[in-house]
Amino acid sequence: MKRKKQILSIVFITFVTLIFLLPLIYMVSTSLKPKAEVLQNTASLFGSYLAGENYERAWNAFPFGRYLFNSIFVGVATTILTVITSAMAAYAFARLKFRGRDKLFFAYLATLMVPLQVTIIPLYMILRMLGWHNSYAALTVPPAFTAFGVFMLRQFFLSIPVEIEEAAKIDGCSRYGIFARIILPMSKPGLASLAIFTFVNSWKSFFWPLIVTSTDEFKTLPLGLYMFSGQYGTDWSALMAATTISIIPGVIFYIIFQKGLVQGIALSGMGGR
Amino acid sequence: MSMPMNKIGKKKKGKSDLGIAIIFLAPNLIGFMIFTLVPMVFSMVMSLYDWPLTGEHTFVGLDNFITLFTQDVLFWKVMKNTLVYVAAYVALNVVIAMAMAVWITSLKKANEFFRSAFFLPMMIGIVSSTMIFKWILSENGLVNTIIRLFGGDAPNWFGSTATAMIAVVIVSVWQGFGYNMVIFISGLLGVPDSVKEAAKIDGANAVQTFFRVILPCMSPSVFFAVVMTVISSFQVFDQTYVSTMGGPNNATNTLVLYLYNHAFKYQRLGYASAIAWILFFCILIVTALLMKQQKRFVNYEG
Repeated sequence: MKRKKQILSIVFITFVTLIFLLPLIYMVSTSLKPKAEVLQNTASLFGSYLAGENYERAWNAFPFGRYLFNSIFVGVATTILTVITSAMAAYAFARLKFRGRDKLFFAYLATLMVPLQVTIIPLYMILRMLGWHNSYAALTVPPAFTAFGVFMLRQFFLSIPVEIEEAAKIDGCSRYGIFARIILPMSKPGLASLAIFTFVNSWKSFFWPLIVTSTDEFKTLPLGLYMFSGQYGTDWSALMAATTISIIPGVIFYIIFQKGLVQGIALSGMGGR
Repeated sequence: MSMPMNKIGKKKKGKSDLGIAIIFLAPNLIGFMIFTLVPMVFSMVMSLYDWPLTGEHTFVGLDNFITLFTQDVLFWKVMKNTLVYVAAYVALNVVIAMAMAVWITSLKKANEFFRSAFFLPMMIGIVSSTMIFKWILSENGLVNTIIRLFGGDAPNWFGSTATAMIAVVIVSVWQGFGYNMVIFISGLLGVPDSVKEAAKIDGANAVQTFFRVILPCMSPSVFFAVVMTVISSFQVFDQTYVSTMGGPNNATNTLVLYLYNHAFKYQRLGYASAIAWILFFCILIVTALLMKQQKRFVNYEG
């Protein structure tokens, strides 16, 4: 009886999963249908032949290779910058003693409540002043300084027993040595979570690149896909081919880093949203 | 022997690490000030000005806010749209995420596979997801083809004022509920078996066990997830910008899109800053209301 229920449940959830994933299946199916057939046999999964030319059309019309490179480059650069600066600041907040430490940390925390949109206009003006508009600097540097990374790593560092540090100190290890040789290696899971979150956030980001870039040279994938849809909005098979192209790298990333991503979310409940 | 030890201990405790702290803090703190703190203060100041992108800016006090609240008819529509979106999105997201989490954890096999499948759209991102739904929900797309097959009235999803917001919510929920589902799954797995056993022995059925025992046990993480979902859904922008640009007839125009248009299309930076702060206060008020309700629903002892 119980077994029967389990099997029924699995069969039913498989069905629900298929319906849930239908948009993705259908995206791939449309991207491989000949352009002329897309609106005729809408419901069928296959056209008269596999139309790879849709991918050619999309790839040649817009510099998707460039967008892909930009997305990866911006993601990696933002991640490195975020992890290094957040870890250093988090260590100061977790372990070093100085006046006003907790007040300063509270100021950091308070800004977590303030949405990006509140600061976006002055930020835009600052970037223009710095001459950073439409540059990698604009895409990577400002997003790297959110309070989230500091908050997350501070929690992680606090969970490391102080005794280990004390022992190292007695052995003559400096603060820098403690940070580099004890704290960082012991926090690998936390650092990895933050790195994955930061990359995913950067990868999916649309609002920020939309505002700070103006030429193809610096556009990232989501933005490139949006530009493409502006010109090829009714060429559904090409649009779905472009969408498939833009999705594949993220899916590969997901397959590789799934475990870390899911664990990080379960622990913190707020990164990569 | 104990005296000098104490002395050393005390001396150490009082010693400040300020010098080292400055070195450790500097990289992040400088960036944080330039890219978060200064813009925040500046934005507050700008909201009190008539501030065109080029040309003179003039101090107008609270005029921007007064105009928004008393004269800008579109602002109220935008406000209403945003609240409708937040309410619909948060409710659907949390309920579906919880239902799927309960279902998946009840399976003895393949639960990791199903979790991955429902989380997948999170990685695809909202822009690509919106593209797919623009096609599926188009005039002669898959959904309408199926509806017509059953003899139904096929709506013009993104194109009509009656259904545009529904379409936006559908995309958003499809793309986003996997996140909370992951949180809920880990919460459900954290509820000790002994608690469930005890409920069973007391004669509770599955529904009673869930609402009276399991849910209270994981209420802190559910509460946190709800608050975070509310905060992020107030900032809805990508899906409406990509699918409808706020149309048709402003049916999907939301606060951030309205802010964006005023700042980067009409170049009224002061007015846009005022909208930004209203967005902030909306988030603050709703979060505060939720926090106040917290005591009634959240159990921190479990």
